[in-house]
Amino acid sequence: MEETIEKKKKEGLFSKKNREVIKDPLDGSNPITVQILGVCSALAVTVQIKPAIIMALGVTLVTAFSNLIISLIRNSIPNRVRMIVQLIVVATLVTIVDQLLKAYMFDVSKKLSVFVGLIITNCIVMGRLEAFAFSQKPWPSFLDGIGNGIGYGLILITVAFIRELLGSGKIFGTQVVPQWAYDHGYVNNGMMMLPPSALFLIGIIIWFHRSRNKKLTNIS
Amino acid sequence: MSFLRKFVDSVKPNFSHGGKYEKFHHLFTAFETFLFVPETPTNGTGVHVRDAMDLKRTMTVVILALLPATLFGMWNAGFQHYKAFGMDSTLFENFLFGLQKTLPIIVVSYAVGLGVEFIYAYFKGHSISEGYLVTGLLIPLTLPVTVPLWMVALGAIFCTLLGKEVFGGTGMNFMNPALLARAFLFFAFPAYLSGDIWTDLSPEAGHQVIDAFSGATSLVTFDKSISQLPSLWTMISGIEQGSIGETSFIAIMIGAAILIFTGVGSWRIMLSAFIGALVTGYLLNLIAPASNPEHSMHLAPYLHWFMGSFAFGVVFMATDPVTAAQTTKGKWIYGFFIGFFIVILRVFNPAYPEAVMLTILLMNVFAPLIDHLVVEQHIKSRLKNA
Repeated sequence: MEETIEKKKKEGLFSKKNREVIKDPLDGSNPITVQILGVCSALAVTVQIKPAIIMALGVTLVTAFSNLIISLIRNSIPNRVRMIVQLIVVATLVTIVDQLLKAYMFDVSKKLSVFVGLIITNCIVMGRLEAFAFSQKPWPSFLDGIGNGIGYGLILITVAFIRELLGSGKIFGTQVVPQWAYDHGYVNNGMMMLPPSALFLIGIIIWFHRSRNKKLTNIS
Repeated sequence: MSFLRKFVDSVKPNFSHGGKYEKFHHLFTAFETFLFVPETPTNGTGVHVRDAMDLKRTMTVVILALLPATLFGMWNAGFQHYKAFGMDSTLFENFLFGLQKTLPIIVVSYAVGLGVEFIYAYFKGHSISEGYLVTGLLIPLTLPVTVPLWMVALGAIFCTLLGKEVFGGTGMNFMNPALLARAFLFFAFPAYLSGDIWTDLSPEAGHQVIDAFSGATSLVTFDKSISQLPSLWTMISGIEQGSIGETSFIAIMIGAAILIFTGVGSWRIMLSAFIGALVTGYLLNLIAPASNPEHSMHLAPYLHWFMGSFAFGVVFMATDPVTAAQTTKGKWIYGFFIGFFIVILRVFNPAYPEAVMLTILLMNVFAPLIDHLVVEQHIKSRLKNA
C-alpha cells in the first residue's frame, strides 16, 4: 500500500528510481553477463571495435524506442496478440536502422551484414518489452531501453577491443602492436578472429563480474 | 633422504596454523607430499580400502609410461634435424640435439602451468593438487619441436586456468587439459602448428637443407595419395616427422603396457578405440570410389593405427580417468566412437589432418551423456527383470 501512495507523487525525470532503471543493466542485471541474452550477436560482430560500436548503438536505439512505443500503446494492445504487435514495432525500427546504415555507413553496414536485421530476434529487445515496457510508464521504459542497450554495448565493445587488439594488433583499425614485436616473434592470435574466442572472453568477463559483484555470487 | 626429512620437519612449524608463513601452508604441503608419502593415511578402524596408490603415485606411473615416448621423441627430433641437412650423426648427437630443443619446452610447460596453479591456490586458499604433473608433460609431447616457447606458456596458462581451475581444479575438468592447450594453440597460431614445421631447421654451419627434404607428415601425404605413404616400419618405429612424442608406435605401446599392467589406464578404452578405427576403415574401404585407387578411403584400415597421433591420443589422452566415460559399457562405447570419428574426420576433412585432438575433445563432452544412458538402460533392464 505504501508504494502506491508514493507513486502518486510526481516523479522527477531523473529520480533515484529512474536512475536505478538506467544503471542496473550496466552492472547487476547486465543483459549479456547476467541474463545471458543477445550472446549470438556478441559472438558475431566483435571482431573489430567499429562495427561493435555501431551495433551497440543500433541495439540501444531499437531497444529504447521500441520500449517507448510499446509502453505508450500498452493499454490498447490486446494481450493475446501482444507478441506480434511488439514484433511489428521492433521490425519497423530495425528496418529504419538498417536503411540509415546503408545510406550513410555502407562499409560498416556490409560488415555487420545480416546481424543488423537479426536485431529483431535479439532476445534483449523482446525481453525488455515483455519484462519492462509492457507494464511501465513510457519514460522509465525509454530509460530502461537505453540502459540495457548501453549494458549490452559495454560488453560488446570490451570484447571487441580485446579481440581486435590480440587478433590483428589494431585498435580502431590503426596498428598499435609495433613492428619490432613481430620481428621478435610475436604473432597475432588467430583464434581471436574466430567466434569461439568471444565465447571465452564473455565467459571470463562473467567470471570476473560475478566474483566482484556480491549480489551475484550465489545466483544459482 | 633423512637430512631432507629433518629439514622439512624443522621448517614445518612456520607453515602450520599460527606460524610465520601460514599463508603459504598449501604450497608447503604440496612440496612436502611431493617429497614424502603423507603421514596421515586412512586409519585402520574404518571400512575404507587402504591403498598405496594415491593421486600422486598414479601420476608418477603415467609419467613413467610417457618416458619411452619422450626419450624417443628427443632422439627423433635430432635425427630428423640432421637428416634434413644430410648430415651423419650418432645416436648420442641426435639425442643431445633433441634434448636441447625439447627440454626448454617441457620446462616452460611445467613452470608456467604449475605457477598458475600455485598462484591460483594461494589466492583461493585451497590445496594444490598433483593434476598438472601429467598435463605438464603431455603438452610438450603433443607439440612440434619448433614451437616458440611463449606459445607453450600461453597454452599452459589457458589450459590450467580455463580448462581446469575455473571448473574447480583437478578432477573437475570435463575436457582433457593438455588437449585443450593444444587445440587453443592450433586455432590461435595455425602457422606454427600445421604445415611444414615438424622438423627443426635451425641452420647448421656449412650445410644446406637437402633438396629431397619434404615437410609433409604421413597424414598430409595420405590425404593426397595413399601410395605415397612411408613404409609400415617407418610409421611403427616412428622415425618420421611429427609432434615430439606421437611418432613412435612402439614407444607408445611400451607406455600402454605399463598403464594397463598397473591398472592406471583403461584397456577397454584403448582396445575399443583401435577396434573402432579398424571397423570404420574397413567400412570406408567398401564404399570407396573404385575410379580413384589413390583416394584416402582405400587405405588399409590397420594403417590408421600407426599414422599421426592415433596411438598417442588413444593411450594417453582418451584414457584420462577424469574426462573418459566411467561405466564399463560406457568405456567401450566411448572408445569405439573415438576410433570411429578419428578415421571419419581424417578421411573426409582435409582441413584438419590430425583429427585425434578434436575427436577426443568431442568425446570428452559426450562421456557424461554416454554414462547417463548406460546407467538408465541398466536401471530399465533391471526393472524389467524384477
